[in-house]
Amino acid sequence: MSTRPARTEEDVLDAIERRRRRPVRKLLDERITLSHGAGGKASHTLVEALFLAELRNPLLEPLGDSAVFEAGAGGPRLAFSTDSYVVHPLFFPGGDIGELAVNGTVNDIAMSGARPLHLSAGFIIEEGFPIADLQRVVASMGAAAREAGVAIVTGDTKVVERGKADGLYINTAGVGIIEHDLDLSPKTVCPGDRVIVSGTIGDHGTAVMIARGNLELEVDLESDSAPLAGLVGDLLAAAGDGVRCLRDPTRGGLATVLAELALETELSIVIDEPALPVLPAVHGSCEILGLYPLYIANEGKLAAIVAPEAADAALAALRSHPLGQDAAIVAEVREEPPGLVLLETAIGGSRVVDMLAGDPLPRIC
Amino acid sequence: MSMRFVDEYRAGDVAKRLAAEIAEMAEPGRHYKIMEVCGGHTHSIYQHGVEDLLPPEIELVHGPGCPVCVIPMGRQDDAIAIAERPEVIFTTFGDMMRIPASNGSLLDAKSRGADVRMVYSPLDALKIARENPDRHVVFFAIGFETTTPSTAVTLLRARAEGIRNFSLFANHVTIIPAIRAILDSPDLRLDGFIGPGHVATVIGTRPFRFIARDWQRPVVVSGFEPLDVLQGVHMVLSQLREGRSEVENQYSRVVRDGGNPAAMKAIGETMELRTTFEWRGLGFISQSALKLRPEFADWDAEVLFEVPGVRVADPKACQCGEVLKGVIKPWECKVFGTACTPEHPIGTCMVSSEGACAAYYNYGRHAGRRRREEEPAPA
Repeated sequence: MSTRPARTEEDVLDAIERRRRRPVRKLLDERITLSHGAGGKASHTLVEALFLAELRNPLLEPLGDSAVFEAGAGGPRLAFSTDSYVVHPLFFPGGDIGELAVNGTVNDIAMSGARPLHLSAGFIIEEGFPIADLQRVVASMGAAAREAGVAIVTGDTKVVERGKADGLYINTAGVGIIEHDLDLSPKTVCPGDRVIVSGTIGDHGTAVMIARGNLELEVDLESDSAPLAGLVGDLLAAAGDGVRCLRDPTRGGLATVLAELALETELSIVIDEPALPVLPAVHGSCEILGLYPLYIANEGKLAAIVAPEAADAALAALRSHPLGQDAAIVAEVREEPPGLVLLETAIGGSRVVDMLAGDPLPRIC
Repeated sequence: MSMRFVDEYRAGDVAKRLAAEIAEMAEPGRHYKIMEVCGGHTHSIYQHGVEDLLPPEIELVHGPGCPVCVIPMGRQDDAIAIAERPEVIFTTFGDMMRIPASNGSLLDAKSRGADVRMVYSPLDALKIARENPDRHVVFFAIGFETTTPSTAVTLLRARAEGIRNFSLFANHVTIIPAIRAILDSPDLRLDGFIGPGHVATVIGTRPFRFIARDWQRPVVVSGFEPLDVLQGVHMVLSQLREGRSEVENQYSRVVRDGGNPAAMKAIGETMELRTTFEWRGLGFISQSALKLRPEFADWDAEVLFEVPGVRVADPKACQCGEVLKGVIKPWECKVFGTACTPEHPIGTCMVSSEGACAAYYNYGRHAGRRRREEEPAPA
């Protein structure tokens, strides 16, 4: 018989919470699986245990949506970001890979409070890909760039043999300029702050999933792909230094960005489930597929952490912009329990919201 | 399709009223153990924090009805052996991809080059077979009576259309023998059951009568929304208080007492009982699973492909069996949260979204422990 004292439920819960707060970032896998690209726990482990370990520097270390640095001593602050797009299918209701490739990078830059200026575009094209489709994608990139007020100023093209790429992959990178003195950083987040989301969540991921056509669900739903720099500008003008930080809830959804923020700030974020704006079509599709809108990618939404006294002004500014009409206060920052996201459910229960271990929807952006 | 139906089953005020009535019915000092048989219930209970609304007298015990959890490691090894054949496109539900087998999961096999694809229905797999006539498409058929009809219908369609490059690796199990095994097990005393609503849409409520008749335990077949579960608990408690043991149907908006005869007919046409089948953790249970009838041998992956077919013991530390029987809570397993986590699972219960361990780990029990901290246990 073992004489080791039995663990109590409290011991076990404490151990899990410690682990959640300080995840083990050790890469145990021998090969890359789709989980490593899902934006959840496996992605974080890969980034921290391999990429950050090999490439570590002070600008990379915060692992934000973009790196922010001064252009020469005393020069303007710039934001620099990159993203690759492998969405399948290439064309889906409400957008296509080209529009996504522009908006995604524009939004990464906008989350640091910068005005996006210039983008690069790299194309990896599979032999046999129809020129007409490429034309459509690039035209849509042009239109998206004009709408976002950026120019695609440099690029690259590579073609690989048939079967070596699934039609078309695009990489974009971009720079933006920060024209204010605000410090948008998780370091400024305090207990009592509110979390505002700029509109309905889960639209993009659900729309792409349904567009794949293997579900035979007939749902009228479009991706929310949109450039957010204008919305960010209005928000900062209205709420100023009441805005603590901004996040772009793409892959992994709102749940993942809030889980990252809770870990980084060592504070708790408590979500009010009934306050979450979710389109009925997204809600219903997710119920059928066993998914949860909190984890589904958005491509035209932001999450803003704002000081309580600035919350009303921030909400009003977002709601008066066409891209923020459904904005809502969905969560509050608290001191306890540190590093965790909790969700208060509609029926009055409560549970933890953690990052996902697996991949609910591969290749959504 | 209506997309709004779910919200009315999640209303906070109704939940609070039901919870208050449940608290009133529970005899102080008595400990009620109610098993929710189905993994779908377990998931809903954790996802919505249902336990936060229940009085301390009531314990929900998680049952064996998690289809992914009960597949033994040997069958998972067989599945991977089939998936690694070069001519095969292996199709499966998403949860099965991450189940650990002797040499990694299907997801690992995929990263080594096996053509493994996630589908949402066996009909999707049949579609892949039509589109890839030069490949052989195998569907990893798992599940209780809930999913068996769609497998049966797919099989009938494959035969009707003469699709020969398609087969099933059949692992369908039946819920009644598992419930019997739990009732026979000496280490668990249960007061009542929340019956599996989805299984009952197919088999009806009658097959559960033996529980009420022979074991004098109430059974309430229930739906999967949090209010359904609360009402199920409410109805079990009413029976206990009134000294009744009956099979009641909380989920009558979906479940008919006679089940779905057309679905049962499709199952009967295509499948027959296996003499015995191994369940993860529960061991071999006689007449607890289905295989394809001999006339469907051309679509039976077990006939078409040589598989190792060996019984592989679960990792020693894994206590999925006891979790599936409800004998221990997830947190009581020796490796729970230490060697076994959702990122690096040892057992199936930590992988499936319907597994009790995954639900417990991912959703936590924060409000519950807060409540316990605020209200010190009575002396």
